Amino acid sequence: MTSAPPSLQQLPVDRAPGSVNGQALPRSVGARAEAWKRRLPLMPALIYVIIVTQAPFAVTLWYSFRRWNLLIPGSNKFAGLQEYRAAFDDPAFRQAAVRTVEMTASAVILAMLMGTGMALLVNRKFFGRGVVRTLLITPFLIMPVATDLLFKTTIYDPVFGFLDYVLKPFGVGQVNWLGTHAIGSIVVVLVWEWAPFMMLIVLAGLQGEDLEALEAAHVDGATTIKTFVYITLPNIKRYMELGVLLGSIFIVQTFGEVFTMTAGGPGTSTTNLPYYLYEQVFNNFTVGVGAAAGIIVLILTEIVASFALRLLSGLLVASAGAG
Amino acid sequence: MAATTVALTPARASRRWGHQNAWGYFWSFIAWVLAIFLFFPVFWMVLTSFKTEGAAYTYPPRFIFHPTLSEYASVFSGVQSFTKPFEHSIFVTLFSTALVLILAIPAAYSLSINPVKKWRNVLFFFLTTKMLPYVAAVIPIFIVAKDLHLLNNEWSLVILYTSMNLPLAIWMIRSFLVEVPKGLLEAARIDGAGLWVEITRVIMPITLPGIAATALICSIFAWNEFFFAQSLTTTNPTMSVFLVSSIQSEGLYWAHLAAASTVASLPVILAGWIAQKQLVRGLSFGALK
Amino acid sequence: MTMTVPTARRRSRSTTKLGAAATTLGMIATIGITANASAANLHSDGSSVTIKVAVVSNGNMEELEALTPIFEKENPGINIEYDTLPENSERQLVETDVTTHANEFNVVMISNYETPIWSKNGWLANLSAYTATDPGYDVNDLLPPLRSALSVGGKLYSVPFYAESSMVYYRTDLFKAAGLTMPEHPTWSQIASFAQKLNNPAKGVAGICLRGEPGWGENLAALDTVINTYGGSWFNEKWAPQLTSAPDVAATNFYVNLVRKYGEPGASNDGFTECLNDFDAGKASMWYDATVAAGLISTNAPKTFANTGYAYAPTGPAGIASGWLYTWSLSIPSGTPNESAAWKYLSWATGPQIIPEQAAKYGWAGVNPGTRASLYKNPNYLKAAGAFSGITLDSIDAANPDHPTKNPVPYVGVQFVDVPWFIDLGTIVSDQISAAIAGTESVKTALANSQQDAEDIASGNGE
Repeated sequence: MTSAPPSLQQLPVDRAPGSVNGQALPRSVGARAEAWKRRLPLMPALIYVIIVTQAPFAVTLWYSFRRWNLLIPGSNKFAGLQEYRAAFDDPAFRQAAVRTVEMTASAVILAMLMGTGMALLVNRKFFGRGVVRTLLITPFLIMPVATDLLFKTTIYDPVFGFLDYVLKPFGVGQVNWLGTHAIGSIVVVLVWEWAPFMMLIVLAGLQGEDLEALEAAHVDGATTIKTFVYITLPNIKRYMELGVLLGSIFIVQTFGEVFTMTAGGPGTSTTNLPYYLYEQVFNNFTVGVGAAAGIIVLILTEIVASFALRLLSGLLVASAGAG
Repeated sequence: MAATTVALTPARASRRWGHQNAWGYFWSFIAWVLAIFLFFPVFWMVLTSFKTEGAAYTYPPRFIFHPTLSEYASVFSGVQSFTKPFEHSIFVTLFSTALVLILAIPAAYSLSINPVKKWRNVLFFFLTTKMLPYVAAVIPIFIVAKDLHLLNNEWSLVILYTSMNLPLAIWMIRSFLVEVPKGLLEAARIDGAGLWVEITRVIMPITLPGIAATALICSIFAWNEFFFAQSLTTTNPTMSVFLVSSIQSEGLYWAHLAAASTVASLPVILAGWIAQKQLVRGLSFGALK
Repeated sequence: MTMTVPTARRRSRSTTKLGAAATTLGMIATIGITANASAANLHSDGSSVTIKVAVVSNGNMEELEALTPIFEKENPGINIEYDTLPENSERQLVETDVTTHANEFNVVMISNYETPIWSKNGWLANLSAYTATDPGYDVNDLLPPLRSALSVGGKLYSVPFYAESSMVYYRTDLFKAAGLTMPEHPTWSQIASFAQKLNNPAKGVAGICLRGEPGWGENLAALDTVINTYGGSWFNEKWAPQLTSAPDVAATNFYVNLVRKYGEPGASNDGFTECLNDFDAGKASMWYDATVAAGLISTNAPKTFANTGYAYAPTGPAGIASGWLYTWSLSIPSGTPNESAAWKYLSWATGPQIIPEQAAKYGWAGVNPGTRASLYKNPNYLKAAGAFSGITLDSIDAANPDHPTKNPVPYVGVQFVDVPWFIDLGTIVSDQISAAIAGTESVKTALANSQQDAEDIASGNGE
């Protein structure tokens, strides 16, 4: 160990320096002034970031208070909460919310399960491990538009598609996947796209595993399963939670897959909230309702996310380096 | 610990312990099967790109056929120029990612080292900016871009992608910054290092893998983005829009779609493959204790 | 203490990396800025004018793009740039552009659905002013039904690029082998019996290919004509929806059952493109769809083309001629600069001269059909396309958007309703029909839902 270059691991690691339990410690006046001197040049960046990331929200909020119908010239007028009421009253909105929850929950859970499995498999050293990991990452790298189109055509097509061909020996006929199993087919594509992302996050957690603990467990004669459940799992638990949180935020926004593969159909069986919004804006031309519905979705997601963050074993505190 | 990290992995450890060798082969086999299974659609895409349209629409689907580069030729020299969208995508991706890094690093700094009091709220606040369904925002943003005369201009995409990727970048970079040991920073300060030196000479070298990972992920998202690219550009499209435009909607198009998809995805695939070690190292660096 | 040595090494490495990054960024910036500068928007100082055109990514439009250098050579100083997108995306972009007056496009491709609505809103330039002073354009050569469909108050607001009605395509070889004869004016029940006899799932050949894809211009286009010829309609004269009336129900049941029993698998997602590909590949014995497909079959699948026969759009119990009327047309949004340059482009793209230019490069069979009477007297065209050109011309002439149904209706349009809220209603109803075709819903439920939606939407819009 002494021959190894001095590295961070030798130094005591603290939580966010200058903080306890994530809260900044009150310090002497001199120390606080010093702290602010270091902070000040960064304030503009922080403030600028806040402005830039909020701009889309601000303009959407503005238009949600107006009842602008693109096809009716001169309808860009203030309308108070009228558009919000219109969105709430629309049963299609509520149905789309249900579909969104279905789609997001199944995709996130399945992607996380698969990603965790992939991470566990790839965490071992074996022949061709690098190649396997490379292959497993690739679905995340392909352009999603391309993925959607290719799945719709070369894989799911009942006449020329690969899936029906491969399942034929198992007695499956020419199934119209995007017709009769629309939501399932979309979820499969989402899982294919996002499992690598989950794998990367969980892999990060696995690579930080405490090997001494593992060795000790083995010496004690623990089985693989017990080792996994009592040592590995608690370690990667917060990475899995992070993956679920980030993945949900991305997957809730799923639009391209629905637009390309099923156009929200058949009927409305795959119309999730983003696609519902799209129809409001580009079929009905009711920009106000679309914006109001978008703000409603934002508020609902915020509420769910803040509950989730509370539940997720103090994710924010933990990620401050408490470990 | 460093030596232990490098020398010992769970699998190697288990081999040293002479434990579960048969299981080891089994899991390796499963890993290979899963990889081939998951990679198959990509393989099929590349295979199809070398077919003629007639060979792409067959039942049963063909593995053996006469390969041809005709579809790639039509991608590169079709009616729509290929080079312009490619340049636009490179421009937008590089600039938005650079902008994201320039803004995210100081912002993450003020949320980790010397955190502002309400750093938890600020972090959550950033996360909420990704919760607005972007479809709801497209017309409002279009109007703003129109009023600023930024329609059909790559800069509007740069600004938009920066705004879309900043929350994720701040989260990621922040989680790397908190792992910088307090002792190191204090030592630097005692040595008289100012803020700039602190950032460039102490923090950045340590967190560079993490920052590289963040940059890669932001680049992936920027390169692949389609909806705003289509809505805000007309004759200056990016690669994602080029892909969709090049598909003609009357006639066979699968082979062409496969070729165009391969070409459009290739830069990101190569970047991801080359940098995957960085990606994992970078993500895991935030975890090493 | 331990910092100095590693820092020095890291310093040089990170500085070099920064330097490299900065140089690369600088290069990219130069490329980007010059790319933007060269693609800058219009200058109207007489030097070079850029006309931006939005088109749908159909085959004929791509041929137009390939022929554009001819126009640019004849009109130095006018530079054409295209934005080509699939139909849904193109519509979205054009609608956004025109309704918000962003004026990103000088020329937009719309159809006979948008033209009357948008011109009444004052969003389209009056083209009659230009056709009057452009004798080479020969505006009187345009087929009358198209001219009236694209005009409001006698003034023309868009010019047709190509136009179509609908007809039946059938495989003459399969019919001969089965001992069947296709009459020139078949009825739908005849078509159904042919489909039953020719349906051969074992060999992967469907009796008939019909559209099922959601979209007011996809499955509804076909279904609407069936409803019309069964004596049904969208609304009665008082704007009460008729979707659950007896003829509408009968027509929808017929269409859905026909495609479910003897149609292609996966019909609920099949639009024009999929059916075209199926028919080209020999996977269907019959196909009811747009007349423009004939030219495409001849280009894409010459072997199939050699065995293709044509018949008029089938009629139902009400006996009404049921071919639809649709045209992709080009228009100039009002308030855009360089209107006269844009007109020069329109005059070339939809004028008489483009036909021989197109034929020279792509052959006669696939030239833009259905817009000019002179085309149907052209011996070269008749030689290549004679098998289907007669039916095409007749069907377009017979289409009557002003009186499309058996009973009088308050709307115009054979396969659509000319109100702004039809996109909304049409999309919802087509979704329901697609679900019925997929089998996830009964026809009864689909029509009941559609009827309810029609009532809500119509009343919500003051009808």
